[in-house]
Amino acid sequence: MLHKVPPQRTQSTSSAVLPYDRGVSSDRSVISDSLGVGVATGAYGVSFGAISVASGLDVWQTCALSLLMFTGASQFAFVGIIGAGGAPVTGALTALLLGSRNTFYGLGLAPQLRVGGVSKAAAAHVVIDESTAMAITRKTPHQARLGFYWTGWSIFIGWNVMTLVGAIAGTAIGDPRAYGLDAAVGAAFLALLWPKLTSWHARSVALVAAAAAAGLTPLSAAGMPIIAGGVIAVGFGLVLRTAGRP
Amino acid sequence: MTPMWIAICAAGVGCYGLKYAGLSVPAHIMDHPLTIRIADLIPVALLGALLTVQVFAADSSLVVDARLLGLVVAAGLLMLRAPFLIVVIGAALAAALIRLL
Repeated sequence: MLHKVPPQRTQSTSSAVLPYDRGVSSDRSVISDSLGVGVATGAYGVSFGAISVASGLDVWQTCALSLLMFTGASQFAFVGIIGAGGAPVTGALTALLLGSRNTFYGLGLAPQLRVGGVSKAAAAHVVIDESTAMAITRKTPHQARLGFYWTGWSIFIGWNVMTLVGAIAGTAIGDPRAYGLDAAVGAAFLALLWPKLTSWHARSVALVAAAAAAGLTPLSAAGMPIIAGGVIAVGFGLVLRTAGRP
Repeated sequence: MTPMWIAICAAGVGCYGLKYAGLSVPAHIMDHPLTIRIADLIPVALLGALLTVQVFAADSSLVVDARLLGLVVAAGLLMLRAPFLIVVIGAALAAALIRLL
């Protein structure tokens, strides 16, 4: 879908999309690139659906998450915490913390989209990693809007349809562990984390988070090590960056 | 409403609100260097913690089992720039196969 990968990754917001520059692209190519990302991202809704029911949510709850929350990392976090025995409120809190990055995407998108009223209410729902990445690389506001809407809504449709497929398949297969679905959740988190590990700073923050979460696991209720480990690592990241500066 | 449904609806509405706020708030309000740095750190920190608990925790103890093999396979596939779905399926297959043995 994206043919050339530039040698250094810059401000990539998603594993699926790398910034690239082809000079002037036609509207048609913006739309077809967007649909390509939409189909590829929508397809992995099937893994969310299967993992969600394996974590103990029912098919309706799984579909409600994809329809209402519609932001992948938050959804995987929510069901991961439920699957690990955490309280729903812990899952919700973690999902919201992860969802906060979408606020910053919106800030960058607002001048390009220039929407208000009902259009803004609708556009807001598809402010996610991929739609942002496919919009902010464009040269004109017109093509930014094309990239944003085609990517966002094609993912929305694909993600929700494939969530339902995965959830139904997941309830049909019996013991999810026999299919390695518990291992799939960890792999999903690693795949979401991977493109963000571009600097030593980011890697050390992730390692501190991992160590803190592991250390807290025997000491606190399920789910809490995730939030506490995350908070400790954010604090560490701030101190590290501040200490490293003159 | 069960606690699960309340959590799903609250988190869903909350995540929507976070997206809507981004399109609505004037950029300069959020444009503080500290806010931006924290926003960059949150996904890395939370995903690192989530990943660890998901792979090593069994109730309140830490264990090494087939999930770790899945994670190693996932890392290998990511190094080969495999797409998301292949990474997830590869990890699941590896864990399922080692459990069969």
